[in-house]
Formats: sequence, structure tokens, C-alpha cells
Amino acid sequence: MRNCSIAVQRYLPHEHAEPFWQHFTVPFDESTSILDALNYIKEELDPSLSFRWSCRMAICGSCGVMVNGIPKLGCKDFLRNYLPRNYLASESTAAVSAAEIRIQPLAHFTVERDLIVDMNEFLVHLEAVKPYLITDAGADETPLEKHAQTLAQTNKQTPAQLAKYKQFANCINCGLCYSACPQFGLNPEFVGPAAIALAQRYNLDSRDQGKAARMPVLNGHNGVWSCTFVGFCSDVCPKHVDPAAAVNQGKVESAKSMLIQMFTGRG
Amino acid sequence: MQQHEFDVIVVGGGGAGLRAAIAAAEEGATKGTAQGATLNIAMLSKVYPMRSHTVAAEGGAAAVTRADDTVEAHFADTVAGGDWLAEQGVVDYFVRHAHAELVQMERWGCPWSRQANGDVQVRRFGGMKTERTWFAADKTGFHMLHTLFQTSLKYPAIQRFDEYFVLDLLVNDDRQVQGVLALEISTGALHVLYAKAVIMATGGAGRVFRFNTNGGIVTGDGMAIAYRHGVPLRDMEFVQYHPTGLPGSGILITEASRGEGGVLVNKAGYRYLQDYGLGPETPLGKPENKHMELGPRDKLSQAFWHEQQAGRTGKHGDSDVVYLDLRHLGKAYLQERLPFICELAQSYVNVDPATQLIPIRPAVHYTMGGIATDRYCETAIQGLYAVGECASVGLHGANRLGSNSLTELLVFGRLAGEQAAKQALAGAASAAVDTAARTHIGERCYQRWQQKLSHLCDTQREMRSWVPIKRALVATMEAGCGIYRDEAGLQETLATIHQLQQDAQHIRIGDTSAAYNTDLLQCLELEFCLDVAETICLAALERRESRGAHQRLESAYQARNDAEYLQHSQVFFRANAPAELRWQAVDTHISAPAERLYGGQTAGEGAKDA
Ligand SMILES: Cc1cc2nc3c(=O)[nH]c(=O)nc-3n(C[C@H](O)[C@H](O)[C@H](O)COP(=O)(O)OP(=O)(O)OC[C@H]3O[C@@H](n4cnc5c(N)ncnc54)[C@H](O)[C@@H]3O)c2cc1C
Ligand code: SF4
Ligand code: FES
Repeated sequence: MRNCSIAVQRYLPHEHAEPFWQHFTVPFDESTSILDALNYIKEELDPSLSFRWSCRMAICGSCGVMVNGIPKLGCKDFLRNYLPRNYLASESTAAVSAAEIRIQPLAHFTVERDLIVDMNEFLVHLEAVKPYLITDAGADETPLEKHAQTLAQTNKQTPAQLAKYKQFANCINCGLCYSACPQFGLNPEFVGPAAIALAQRYNLDSRDQGKAARMPVLNGHNGVWSCTFVGFCSDVCPKHVDPAAAVNQGKVESAKSMLIQMFTGRG
Repeated sequence: MQQHEFDVIVVGGGGAGLRAAIAAAEEGATKGTAQGATLNIAMLSKVYPMRSHTVAAEGGAAAVTRADDTVEAHFADTVAGGDWLAEQGVVDYFVRHAHAELVQMERWGCPWSRQANGDVQVRRFGGMKTERTWFAADKTGFHMLHTLFQTSLKYPAIQRFDEYFVLDLLVNDDRQVQGVLALEISTGALHVLYAKAVIMATGGAGRVFRFNTNGGIVTGDGMAIAYRHGVPLRDMEFVQYHPTGLPGSGILITEASRGEGGVLVNKAGYRYLQDYGLGPETPLGKPENKHMELGPRDKLSQAFWHEQQAGRTGKHGDSDVVYLDLRHLGKAYLQERLPFICELAQSYVNVDPATQLIPIRPAVHYTMGGIATDRYCETAIQGLYAVGECASVGLHGANRLGSNSLTELLVFGRLAGEQAAKQALAGAASAAVDTAARTHIGERCYQRWQQKLSHLCDTQREMRSWVPIKRALVATMEAGCGIYRDEAGLQETLATIHQLQQDAQHIRIGDTSAAYNTDLLQCLELEFCLDVAETICLAALERRESRGAHQRLESAYQARNDAEYLQHSQVFFRANAPAELRWQAVDTHISAPAERLYGGQTAGEGAKDA
């Protein structure tokens, strides 16, 4: 096994007023992820390093960090990506340090400790867009006919109707797009890419009638118009959600709904 | 000490916890107002709900759906799959309520995969005789969890305590639950939460084994917490291996990849399953239920073990492996039906399934056993419920069928939520709570834990890491309590666990900060794991027969032995002493035990499966 040097930004609010860098040497092979490296550090070198993780398979959304300044999922980003080609074939046993890997907490969020940021700052935006099916007359509120399974019917939805929103339903709430978004960096009140994608996920669902209820948030001061279309959010998204596309669609919807409002006086 | 008052507390924000919380909120909104009360519900989770391990489930959720299918057939598959150790009344309730719950998920917006006409599509799944598994691409658990989480936001009655780590239960002398004690992870502060009903929905315990498909948080906390209060853990010896985990990480390659037509080959490229009673070989691209690759998981994992013994497995890194071949399905089909699998294989073993074989090996996947409950999800402690993978309601018996457990979260999550709400409403209507006595219990519990935690972090003591203990535990479980077991190996593992429990007394945490002390949390999780491991190992030792996922190597114990062991194991906690095992009768009132048959053996089985 070869070694690699890694720098981690630490922050211990009660012990040190300021963040500081700590350097580690970590063994690795082709399949070592950034998360594996962090776990190695915690178990072997410094038990006080704190970070979030669980699934280690890029689906729970816990492990977002900045790696060399770019937002990444720690469990889906590999040390091999940062090292010179053929590093494993090379004879040298010296630590591969040509490119030291620098790990920091996700940008634009309040850092709570080490690599842990305040995810509530992300969740409030998700919750604001009413991310659930809204149907007329509260049909979804009717309690199920308990014992008669034949009475319970699903809505119809064709594969084409499903395809319209499917991509936006794949968001794992990792928050990487917020760290990539310069607008969110300037204005934490901006609803942000993932929440707009989630709003669109429901707006585009053939079973939903809640668009009118969601539009005020998207139209508002901190809604879609805050976006200056940098598009970095879609570049960093590990799940190909393409939140930038959702923001753009949101702008079109918003323009329409504002026009309607102008002419009819209702939203 | 911060104190809170609720009607119902749900511990866990996975599929089971969310479904239970929503059911309790609905019950409170309908029945509660009639009685002049609404219910306040607290949901605590050590991670944000959408991080819960339900998120990782790939394959699907079962319910009888097609016109040519029957609930009797789903019942028969489940009971036979569980090798007749399932509670048959519970299975019957389950199969009858499964469909309605999946429909409810659809009405909440779950993006189920569809047929061209807009109806929900069902797929084949191992051990199920007919196509009855609903799925959302190959991310079923992910979509179910997010749908439930997002839907839960509609209910103001549910107050979330995200990143609160539950340490203990409050129980009074009359064996009634009074609430929970929890650690607020962001500050390290302890909170006492009182309630008339508590639902445990803390998930499985796969992390007690080295090689597993589970997330890092799946450490059996709720099982250990209930167990330490005298609730037995039932059927813990039944631990399911999944035949297709990635070598190294244990990351799961869903069974759906075999349902779609993937085949398993050994290093010679031979479809070895035909040698283990699962043949005859089915033609490529024509998978058949219950045959070959779609045989039950335990049989497939055991076949791997034999191939490994015979030296017919290949190598990936330092892991012995066999191979999953998906190449004949073609790139386009793979991208449409198994996109997540393609992504995982590419990232974690650097393989493109369209052109290359995926190396795989069995990994611990699911704990069939858990906190013993009655058919209404209530435990031996009044007002304490358990549901989901942490519970043993009796659905899975000796072996769980894939795609039954996601449905279990819904069917029994709803039931547990409703029952807990009823309990809380009845409690509210009856005599006033003895708040003084209750506060006393809360304070005592608080002080005990305050002391324990400061001892663990006491810098006067020599620093002693939990890491070597964890490594020794997962290694001994794998070695002595794995796919095949025998007396000597189990004795040794049990002795090792007892030693590790002693060693754990000397741990001193290296991290002394109050906020986000993940070092402390992992140590507490390890302590839970040690207790759970002891119950698994003891029950495996005492069950001297082979049944479902529990396989003994001794020739006298290689067969199922209904005369002696058609019984649930129940392991009881004993303070400062080894755990104690008792047997409990099984409900077999609907279908008498018969042989489990798969592959070509099923040809004449009609009568048995009726
Ligand atoms: C990779 C994988 C694939 C699977 N695929 C399928 C499938 O296709 N079909 C199927 O039917 N089943 C499948 N299963 C099984 C199924 O997904 C699980 O059994 C089920 O999701 C468990 O749900 P749960 O709600 O009981 O627990 P979890 O989802 O694990 O949730 C547990 C919750 O409890 C909380 N918690 C735990 N301890 C504490 C504590 N001390 N304090 C506070 N909170 C705590 C956690 O934070 C979490 O919110 C799969 C399992 C795995 C691992
Ligand atoms: S849109 Fe992509 S980057 Fe943003 S939170 Fe969702 S998954 Fe993460
Ligand atoms: S640990 Fe779950 S996404 Fe990385």
C-alpha cells in the first residue's frame, strides 16, 4: 500500500476560536474513498476528528465535504482521482504528496465543528416549498379503506409522465449544490438549487395540483430570480439531478404566473 | 436537565419510524379531537431522517397485485421462506394489508415504476412465486423514505428532534413506559422526554458483523436499550446474508439484478447453483421464480460457502468472490432498469456491468430477530412498541423474503402508530399521571447517564480506544457466527464477546468536546453491539438444528428438527451475568410445517403450498 498526505481543516469551537489545518499520512489503494481516509484518520490517528457519514454508498447524503475547494460526497470521491497517473505502479515508497489533498467543511454553511455544518440551514429551504403531493379537495387526506384492499386504487401515471419529474426526485439532500452556489453564499435566504428542484419535482408530477401554493416561494424575493445562472450546482451534483435546469424551468413558470397575476389579479 | 412532555415518542426516523409517526398524527387528528385532545408526537433520530438506512434499499416492496395472484400465495411463500418459524396470524394480517399500504404510498407521491398503461409495475423477487414486488427503479427504499419524510412535513403534530441520540428508556415499577433519555448531539446536553407511549423504530444490527451491506449507523441501539430493560430479543440467531455484496465495502448489488436476468458463475464461468438443489439451469435471459439465481438468499449464500471450500471461487483484492454476469442484458436495458447498480459497480469495483463481470460475495444484510412484540407491535413493557427491522413481530421466521421488509415498515409502522396513539389517548382519559414519581425516574436515569458519560470522557483516566474492541467483535462474529456455525466456534465467539464486554469497561474516549462528539457516540454504539452480539451468539449456540438462515455444520444438527425446535428463541438480559435463553411456542395454526422446496423440486408441490 502507498501513502498519501491529506490536510484536514479542523474547528473545535470550545477549544480554539479559529479553524486550523492538521496534516495526516494515510495508506490507500485504488478503492480508497475520501470517507475511508477520514475513517482511517479517526480510528488510527486522531479520534477527535468529527464528520458525518452513514451509507458509504452515495445515497444517504450525509458525507458532503470540500475536496480541494470543490464540493464532493466523501464516499463517492476517491483518492485515486487526485494522484498522478500510475501512482500505484511507481516503485517509490515515499508518500505520494505531489498533490496534497485538502478537505474542508461544505462552503456557505455555518461550521459547527470540524467537517460538520449546520444542515438546518438547508432543510428550512426544502420545507418551505411544500414538498408533498397537494391534491384538490384534499383527496389524499381521506383515510384508507382499512381492510378492503380492492377498494384502494392507485392513480394512473404513464412512464412518460413519470419521466417528466423523475430526475428531480433523485435528490439525496446532500447540499453540495448550495456550497457550489455563489448566490447562496451571498444570501443564505435564497431558496437554492435543491429546494427549487424539489418544488419542480412536485409541480411536474401529473398527480399534483399544488403549483399555485408553491409559486409564491419561487416568485418571491429569494426565489428563482436570485439565480444568476452560474450552473455550477449541476456540475457538482452527484446524482445528476441538474438543479440548474429546475431553476430555469422555475423562471419560466414564475414569469408565466406573474403575467397571469398581472392580468387577472390572482396568483 | 431539559425536560419535554409528549403523548407519543417515536425513536427512529427511517421508514418504520416515519410511517408510525404519520399514523399516530392521523389517529390523533381524527380520534383525538373527538375526545377533546390532540396528540403531540416527538420523533427522535440520531441522523436526519433521510439519512436512515431505509434509504439504501434497492429492490422493492411486496404486495399481492396481479389478478392471478392471491394473498394465500403470498402467505405460503412467506411462511415457507421463513421455514415455518413465522407467526402465522401475523403473516396473514401482513399479506392482507400490504397492498393498501403501497397504494397509500402512491397517493403520497411515491414514484413507483409504471407500465405503459399507467398502472404500477411489479417485478420478480427471490422466494416469491409470482411477480408482486413494487419498485421505484432500483432505488425503492430511497424513494419511499423521501416520500415519507416529505409527507411527514404536512403534519404539524410531529415535532422532530433530528440528531438526538437516544440512550435509555424510562420505565416505572409497574413496567409501564414513561419516556426516553436522549443526548442532543450538537451540544452534548441530555434531555428527558416523557410520553405515555414510545415506539422503537431503530433499525437492524448488521454492523456487528465485519462484512455487511448496512450503513455505519445500523448498530442495534434500540434492541439493546429494550433488552437492558428486560424485554426479550427474539430469534436473534437468524441473520440473513445477502449473496451479492461487493468485495471490500459490502455494498449491496440488489437481487433485482438477478430478477432482471443476471446469473451467478464461479471462477470457471460455471453456473454453480444447479449443483445445490436449485436447478435445472434456466436459459440465459429467462429467469424463473424460485429457480437458480432466484432461489432464496440463504441457499445462495450457502452455495457460495461450498464453492469457496472447494476452491472454485475467484479473488478480488483479498476477498474470495464469485461473479454476477449482467452482460447479456445490454447497456441500454441496464441503464433503464439498473442504473444505480451500474453506478455502484463503476465507482466501487471499477467495473462496467455491460461489458465485465461484477465480483461479488455474501455479506450480512438483515436481522430477522429483534425486540419481541405481540401482533399489535407491543412489547412486554406496557406502552412500549417496536416496529421495523429492530422488532420481531414474527413476520420473517427463520429467513426473510426480499421485499417483505419494506412493506413491513408500512403495514406495522401504521399499526404501531395507531396503537401507540390509542394508548396515549386512553392514558390521557384515565387517571392523571403521577408526575412526581415520573420525574423521579427521569432524574435518576439522567444522573446515571451523566455519571457514565463523564466517566467515559474522564481525562484523569488513561485513554483507551474502542476501536480494537470493535474490530475484535466483528471479526469473531464473522468467524464463529457466520453462514455456517458449529458448537466449538460459537462457544469461542461467545467467550470472546464476554471478554470484550469486560474490556469495554476500560474504554476512555479520546475526544473530550461536548459538541458532536462522534467518538463518544461510536463507543456507545459499540456497547449496544456487544449486547446484541451476545444474544445472536447465544441463540445460535442453543439452536441445535438447521433452519432458514441458521445452519449448523454438525451432522446431527444439519436438518430441521421440528420435534425440539419449532420454537422461537428468546434471550433475556441479566445484569452482571450471562444472558439467559428461553423457548416460546410458534403460531402455526394456518399451515402445518412442510419442507422448503426450490428449483426443480417444486414441480409437484401444489398441495403443500395451498
Ligand atoms: C442495502 C440494503 C438493501 C435493502 N433492500 C431491500 C429491499 O429491496 N426490499 C426490502 O423489503 N427490504 C430491503 N432491505 C431491508 C430494509 O431496507 C430494512 O429492513 C428497513 O429499511 C429498515 O427500516 P427501519 O425503519 O426499521 O430502520 P432504518 O431505516 O435503519 O432506521 C433506523 C432509524 O433509527 C434511528 N436510530 C437508531 N438508533 C438510534 C438511537 N440510539 N437514537 C436515536 N435514533 C436512533 C436512526 O437514526 C434511523 O432514523 C434492504 C436493506 C439494506 C441494508
Ligand atoms: S440537487 Fe444534487 S447536489 Fe443538490 S442536494 Fe440534491 S443531490 Fe445534492
Ligand atoms: S455516506 Fe451516505 S452519501 Fe456518503
